[in-house]
Amino acid sequence: MKDASDRFEVRLAGSGGQGLILAGVILAEAVAIYDGRNAIQTQSYGPEARGGASKSEVIVSDGRIDFPKVMLADVLLALSQEACDTYFHGLKPKGLLVVDSDLVERAPTSKAVGVPVTKMAIEATGKAITANIVGLGLIGGLTSVVSRQALEKAVTERAPKGTAEMNLKALAAGWEKALEIKEASRSVRPGPRRRES
Amino acid sequence: MTMPRMMQGNEACAAGAIAAGCLFFGGYPITPSTDIAEHLARELPRVGGVFIQMEDEIASMAAVIGASIGGAKAMTATSGPGFSLMQENIGYAAMTEVPCVVVNVMRLGPSTGRPTSPSQGDVMQARWGSHGDHPIIALAPASVLECFEMTVRAFNLSERYRIPVIVLIDEVVGHMREKVILPPREDIKVLERLRPSEPPEWYKPYGSSPSDVPPLAPFGSGYRYHITGLHHDEAGFPTNRVNEVRPWTRRIFRKIKANVHRIARCETDGVEDARTVIVAYGSVARAASEAIKTARAKRRKVGLLRLQTLWPFPTRTVDAVCREARRVIVPEMNLGQMAIEVERIVGDRKVRRVNRIDGEMITPREILDAIEGK
Repeated sequence: MKDASDRFEVRLAGSGGQGLILAGVILAEAVAIYDGRNAIQTQSYGPEARGGASKSEVIVSDGRIDFPKVMLADVLLALSQEACDTYFHGLKPKGLLVVDSDLVERAPTSKAVGVPVTKMAIEATGKAITANIVGLGLIGGLTSVVSRQALEKAVTERAPKGTAEMNLKALAAGWEKALEIKEASRSVRPGPRRRES
Repeated sequence: MTMPRMMQGNEACAAGAIAAGCLFFGGYPITPSTDIAEHLARELPRVGGVFIQMEDEIASMAAVIGASIGGAKAMTATSGPGFSLMQENIGYAAMTEVPCVVVNVMRLGPSTGRPTSPSQGDVMQARWGSHGDHPIIALAPASVLECFEMTVRAFNLSERYRIPVIVLIDEVVGHMREKVILPPREDIKVLERLRPSEPPEWYKPYGSSPSDVPPLAPFGSGYRYHITGLHHDEAGFPTNRVNEVRPWTRRIFRKIKANVHRIARCETDGVEDARTVIVAYGSVARAASEAIKTARAKRRKVGLLRLQTLWPFPTRTVDAVCREARRVIVPEMNLGQMAIEVERIVGDRKVRRVNRIDGEMITPREILDAIEGK
């Protein structure tokens, strides 16, 4: 029954044009091809070419994956208020919520990890469209769903011609930020109780 | 080709077409099938084939039939609205017994509906969308690998039986990316249509033959014959004689009916001692598998009968598998189009339908509720 328990579900949601479907493809490819596990990617979007709600889902497992869509997400990356409001209820109680703190003004929980994803993308590469890859770096660094090496390979392979280096910078920015966040949360967490005197 | 790779269902379908020897695609782009046209626009010229974007789906289907009569394996890909437009010429292909493959990546209808949302609403249209009595073959893949395999099989069946074959992919499977290892070329079985061995002056394109499938000569190969959508005699010329019309109609049904056991395929999982059998196809069968895992963990005896061929309907298998079951659940993303067929065989008292028609996938939870009688 290994396949049922190790199922890990990632949902990337925002607006059309933010590159979330591509981000899902890259994550799935990193896991399935370069980490040698199993992954499946699906998407759902409106009929518009840009704008409108868009989401991409990646299921990761070491075994066979039957149902290809998210049942209850382990990770939700929300790059719009609407996406956050719509999909927050589909996140596991202990699931990880990462939001773009400039685009999501009202996070539904204090446990949300708010990061200025798009601003970071502009700082790292000069281009807001690399926010999707910054987001992947964040997810990779905050969870253990994918190795950094695999993600770097998949970004290099899938990035449009001539943009691999730029996207790797975006990925590094996201990953480093994730490590910072992890470090910070470790230091605020109450340690083992020390006895006075 | 045998390396593991992430592939989309639509992409695998296009790869299957190339592997099957397809040399012609005539179509008109429509969501969610467009990726198939995109891939073949790039790949067909590389293998000496032709890709043409026609002015609409009526013309696309006509071009496909023309290319096939010219001797090329030919296909098109579309979705609901385009599939509706193609129906007249699909009937023409059935009438003239011209092999061709039509891929319909199903989206939510009716009409323009929800272009990017999944549905299984065209399964009955695949059967009876074109007017008049005619047989049809329709296949329903549930995975990316099956999109590849079933497209190859669609060409083989179409060439073998001189019949249009429909591949019904639902949007989930068409757009889904999954890890696949495609079979090496030498492991792929590819069939070619039977060509006449007799000299041109003796050739009858609609003559009787032991297999009920007369050989088909490509136009331009020295065999001159007539093709028409009217009822025709053995030479292909129009006829109104009942003693020519009736045997023809009987023959085109017989060529499929006599081979249902070869054409209609199903996959079963744990149906031997199942009290509840789920009959499903396409992406919904995957939701069923997920639900079954949970149900079995609770010691419920549940089995899955997955239909890989929808038409001809695998009547005998459905009967044999469901006979001992107390309940049969038929989940589908329509209002019970295949459930009607199952009910016809096992009786409607035993059947519980689970339907969704809002453009969202049926969840394992919904199927589990049906298993638990909720």
